[in-house]
Amino acid sequence: MKTDTSAVNIDRSKGDFFYPEAHVRDAGIGLSERTIHYIADVKEDPDWVREYRLRGLKTFWEKPLPTHWASKDLEAIDFDKIRYYLSPGTEPKRSWEEVPDDIKRTFERLGIPEQERKFLAGVEAQFDSEAVYSNIKKAVGEQGVIFVGSREGLKNYPEIFRKWFGKVIPIADNKFSALNSAVFSGGSFIYVPPGVKVKHPLQAYFRINAENFGQFERTLIIADEGSEVTYMEGCTAPKFNTPTLHSAVVELVALKGAKIQYITVQNWASNVFNLVTKRGLAQENAEVKWIDCNIGSRLTMKYPSVIMKGRKARGEVLSIALANDGQHQDTGAKMIHAADETTSNIISKSISIGKGRATYRGLVHVPKHLKHCKNNTECDALLINATSRTDTYPAITVRGTGNAVQHEASVSQVSAEQIFYMQQRGLSEAQAMSLSVNGFVNDLVRQFPMEYSVELKRLIELEMEGSVG
Amino acid sequence: MKELAVENLHVAVGDQEIVRGLGLRVPRGQVHALMGPNGSGKSTLAKVLAGHPDYRVTAGKVWIDGENLLELDPDERARRGLFMAFQYPSEIPGVTIANFLRAALQSRLPEGEELEATDYYAKLYEKMELLGMDRSFTSRSVNEGFSGGEKKRTEILQLAVLEPSYAVLDETDSGLDIDALKTVAHGVNSLRGPDLGILLITHYQRLLNYIVPDYVHVMVGGRIVRSGRKELALELEERGYDWAREGALESAYTR
Repeated sequence: MKTDTSAVNIDRSKGDFFYPEAHVRDAGIGLSERTIHYIADVKEDPDWVREYRLRGLKTFWEKPLPTHWASKDLEAIDFDKIRYYLSPGTEPKRSWEEVPDDIKRTFERLGIPEQERKFLAGVEAQFDSEAVYSNIKKAVGEQGVIFVGSREGLKNYPEIFRKWFGKVIPIADNKFSALNSAVFSGGSFIYVPPGVKVKHPLQAYFRINAENFGQFERTLIIADEGSEVTYMEGCTAPKFNTPTLHSAVVELVALKGAKIQYITVQNWASNVFNLVTKRGLAQENAEVKWIDCNIGSRLTMKYPSVIMKGRKARGEVLSIALANDGQHQDTGAKMIHAADETTSNIISKSISIGKGRATYRGLVHVPKHLKHCKNNTECDALLINATSRTDTYPAITVRGTGNAVQHEASVSQVSAEQIFYMQQRGLSEAQAMSLSVNGFVNDLVRQFPMEYSVELKRLIELEMEGSVG
Repeated sequence: MKELAVENLHVAVGDQEIVRGLGLRVPRGQVHALMGPNGSGKSTLAKVLAGHPDYRVTAGKVWIDGENLLELDPDERARRGLFMAFQYPSEIPGVTIANFLRAALQSRLPEGEELEATDYYAKLYEKMELLGMDRSFTSRSVNEGFSGGEKKRTEILQLAVLEPSYAVLDETDSGLDIDALKTVAHGVNSLRGPDLGILLITHYQRLLNYIVPDYVHVMVGGRIVRSGRKELALELEERGYDWAREGALESAYTR
């Protein structure tokens, strides 16, 4: 059938535009100690943060690229040609009226202010290196919830910030967490007081507008005892001719009995290297849940993790990856059981289209002395074309007895007969593909908040529309 | 012309010619049964009409209401009013019957027009009632884990909801026990009417006891060797396909 030889055109029209740059603060091209000092000066970092950055830089230089297990494509990143800090040099605004016109138009085109009015408890919008807008609904703020950019968090809430910053993900965790530690800027700082349940999601939107740029946001979310919060992030960038780098670090801390749900819909342009470290710490009876959808980027390497440190803590990763021509989605999950009666669940679904490649890497670790821990891992791959590729690398180390682990994996293919059957009912080839793919992810998407499942289905449709010739 | 018309059709798979000069007209409002032994080319004809890409039409024409069917993609044929009930329907994991049919109906609307959800469900439930199907059926994934009988009933439900002008039922009776056969036949009979032409492809006369055709055609060796009224099916049942084959030879001599 046609589906085996199709050319793929990706429709990313929604995010593929940019406005001329108007940056006042610019750290220049390339990375050196001078870059670090420039960023620390502009951001008026306290000394311990400046020190931290310098240690990050040193570690970044010391660590090799992980190409012995990861994609050689990483070598295409030229760290000397990237711009590490760009900002308009103003504080984030509390109302959209105050946001400069071009930037405001950008977020309006992406529909952010409208979503804020409709269903969000707070929004932060980052443009290149810094947040340009940050606001929380009054009622939510009055409950003591803090939702600001990382710079404001550091400045105005130093005691909470410093206590947890870098504790879940140390500088030397990997080369890219070290890079982020050196040049981090932007991202969210959230603190939810004990017992407060934030009803609507808080959302951050990350936008890259500049060429040859690297975005390094740093997010820290602390849910105090018995509190609950949902955080959603979205991202887009125009497609420039040169590769763009996005390398974030996200740390979540769920204290006793708290629940954090972190949702990502990643739709970077197909020239973005998306190398992100995400990890949550769950104390006794706490829950950390990652919902991670990767649609865009050239290469994504991201394995959201949960360290279940307290008894009865729970960790969950629900992951959907869609790899089209020229894309490699190298995603997965890590579950580190570090207390008795901890439970983790990983469900991963990947779709490879054209020459796209999806890789699942999973790590489940249950040490010998623990009792009554449970893990369930399911990873399913769907191949659309004969040229599509999928790989699975599950690593499950469970020592001791009295722990239960369950692992299921499947690879399936959309068959020509299936597409013909749907076409015979009147669906075009693209609609038929799109419906098959939606069917494949449906049971997972049903668990997402409604707004996000709608957005995700729409993105999948857009991808499939371009994917048949 | 409100008919599905096949003229001198030749079809090959690879080097092998399977349909060899077949002619047939199915006007709206009539039921034509096409009978034949295994390997006679019946199912190939059905797939060619629907536009399956594995088959190559080497000669001949097919018209749907005067329009050249063979120039159209499979989905365009469907939207022009051609429906095929599959002998072996595909499974579509994760897609419910309700969502599938909704997407199929939506594909028939002009761009920008949205199917009205309440009207759609009203229609869906009405047709299910007509076919004696339970409503909970609609939330099951299309054909996934269905029994043979459930698959065939689902095909007929789709036929009922999509309301085509012409329906090709490819061995809809195969694999059904007598109760399931009766249910399916009842469904088809309830859809008969002046706006629908049906081509009923079957190996056995048995189905024709329940869906009584207006005309019967016997296909042997890639072409139609005998045509007649419904009594032909009974005669065929009595005398067998060898008799029909002799007919083919006779007609070849007398041509």
